[in-house]
Amino acid sequence: MKEKNDYKQAKRYGMVIDLDKCTGCGACMVGCYSENNVPFKADETNKLDSINWIRIFKITNDKPYPETETCYIPMPCMQCDGVGKHGHPPCVSVCPAVATDYDYDTGIISQIYTRCFGCRYCMAACPYHARKFNWWDPVWPADMEKYLNPKVSPRMRGVVEKCSFCFHRYQQARDKAYLEKREELAENEYQTACAEACPTGAITFGDLNNKNHAVYKLKNSPKAFRLLERLNTNPKVYYLTSKKWVRRAGDNYLTHEEPGKIKNNMKEHH
Amino acid sequence: MNETPLIPAGVKRCSKWQFSLWMAAATAVLLWGVYAMYLIWYKGLNQTNMNDAYGFALWIWADLAVIALGGGAFFSGFLTYIINKNELKNIINLAVVIGFICYSSALLILAIDVGQPLRAWFIFWHANVHSMLTEVAFCLSCYFAVLTIEFIPLILENPRLDKKPFLHHLSHNMHGIMAIFAATGVFLSFFHQGSLGGVAGVLYGRPFAFREHILIWPFTFFLFTWSAAAYGPCFTILVTKITELITRKKLVKDNVIHLFAKISGWMIITYIIAKTIDTIYWAFVTAPGFGFTLMDFYASSTYNIGLLFAEIVICGFIPGLILITKRGRENSFLLMSAIILGVIGVSLNRWVMVLQVMAVPVFSFNEWYTYMPSWQEVATTVLPVAYGIIVISLAHRYLPVFPQEKELNPID
Repeated sequence: MKEKNDYKQAKRYGMVIDLDKCTGCGACMVGCYSENNVPFKADETNKLDSINWIRIFKITNDKPYPETETCYIPMPCMQCDGVGKHGHPPCVSVCPAVATDYDYDTGIISQIYTRCFGCRYCMAACPYHARKFNWWDPVWPADMEKYLNPKVSPRMRGVVEKCSFCFHRYQQARDKAYLEKREELAENEYQTACAEACPTGAITFGDLNNKNHAVYKLKNSPKAFRLLERLNTNPKVYYLTSKKWVRRAGDNYLTHEEPGKIKNNMKEHH
Repeated sequence: MNETPLIPAGVKRCSKWQFSLWMAAATAVLLWGVYAMYLIWYKGLNQTNMNDAYGFALWIWADLAVIALGGGAFFSGFLTYIINKNELKNIINLAVVIGFICYSSALLILAIDVGQPLRAWFIFWHANVHSMLTEVAFCLSCYFAVLTIEFIPLILENPRLDKKPFLHHLSHNMHGIMAIFAATGVFLSFFHQGSLGGVAGVLYGRPFAFREHILIWPFTFFLFTWSAAAYGPCFTILVTKITELITRKKLVKDNVIHLFAKISGWMIITYIIAKTIDTIYWAFVTAPGFGFTLMDFYASSTYNIGLLFAEIVICGFIPGLILITKRGRENSFLLMSAIILGVIGVSLNRWVMVLQVMAVPVFSFNEWYTYMPSWQEVATTVLPVAYGIIVISLAHRYLPVFPQEKELNPID
């Protein structure tokens, strides 16, 4: 007997960050640290070995006062769909031990901490520097261990970690929906910690494939762009800006080229 | 009853004291590296100056460089056993010893470099067939086994071991089937040398490293194999010359060196032409497609366009042209200059394909990343050099590494 085909379109969870609204306050980072048990050092001066799943870049238009403009770019893992959009992001294909994987149900890229043996090839492959290495064992101040999130496993020294779009929240929401005999999640049932923490509502999260989700409409805005789009990484994090110079800073362009008017010249498969 | 001497008959070696002193100096350096290795394994990679931008650094360069320099082993095996260049039998033993040292060093460096060394076997157990590093791990391990098999008959030729009938026959029989192992070594080397090139070439998120593909293989795949075959012999010749200098005697006849140098020269010339074409295509087609100009990649004071010139012209065309001309390779100064430039050239190529890949900013608003290795990284990189000196010294003293030594240095 043939089974009924109950195939539904896969989810493609993504984020739209409105740079015109972002004030660079860092609440998204604090929310993320707290939610995902992200370890920190006693001295965080050297940002190049700090662990953060979302960090904020500050860029300026390089013009003198009074024409100076500043923009803050919050940057989580871009959860790239990769070249050809078939689940081969820059980091996943290179991992020799399948310690990072592309989930075809959600489009989210996982990191399996107990599988990772710390070769750091994924870090070399990621142009966004979204992947962080645990150079030290995680140490929290006294009593702080009691406040760790029990739903997220802390990571050990010698492995790579990165933003998971708070995947444990997705699992929780799915479990709840299952118990309530539902198949679909409501938009507000699964939200990332950074999106919830943002005081200006600059971060919107949802299913990019779902027409009813806010991100679907926002990503199609004429103000929308993605970072380093020309590399064909196909990120699922979109940005909105009304400023031309910000749009230009988001990618690399030859002098005569204009953002938004470039054709991709790379093959779909490699 | 007289015991069979440890030193092969008919050759002269330095005194025990002299040798012990030499070995003690090399061992002291080795122990420095071992101490650094202990610190890294015990305390973790925080002992290095690597960071999240420089996840690949000095060690990965050392890994790629020693594997390229050890390429003389597979290429001389190919020339001797497959192409039947019999003259090279007089240098192949040394090429095998160098290969053994280089590949064992590469494996050791990888074991230090990973964050969780006890999980290193995951690369075999949970292998991702899409990853170039997986292919490197498999081929590198297999080829190291082949090199060990190639090294064993030479070890068994030590007079005291050779006296035992079983070992004598084992050595004899292993020599008889060595062509099979040489062919296996060539096959494996083609893939892992190429895959090491592929490690950088597939990084489509890094425009400095990314190259166009033929099927699944980026151009760097072929260039790395080609360059290892081209420059590997330069290192074999260089080590021969250094050994001759230290032992103050001629160990290999000139016609052998000149033949090996000539083949190396033609390989270098053809490689560097291919490399030039690759560079032009990358600079004027691939990189602009990502929004970069060639000079964007060389806009740093450290990583300037001089590096590209040095790699292609000074350490590519110049040694290649010297070695393909009879007058060039027969002039000892020019020969030495060419092989030294060759060794520097391939090491520079590997440096660029590891460290410059990390240094070049991909975001328009980022600065160039800088990196200076810690003493622990330097010590563990010097460790294989000391280990190599010890192994070559022992091999030269106790094994008939150079078949022409007796003839070239008759003892009255």
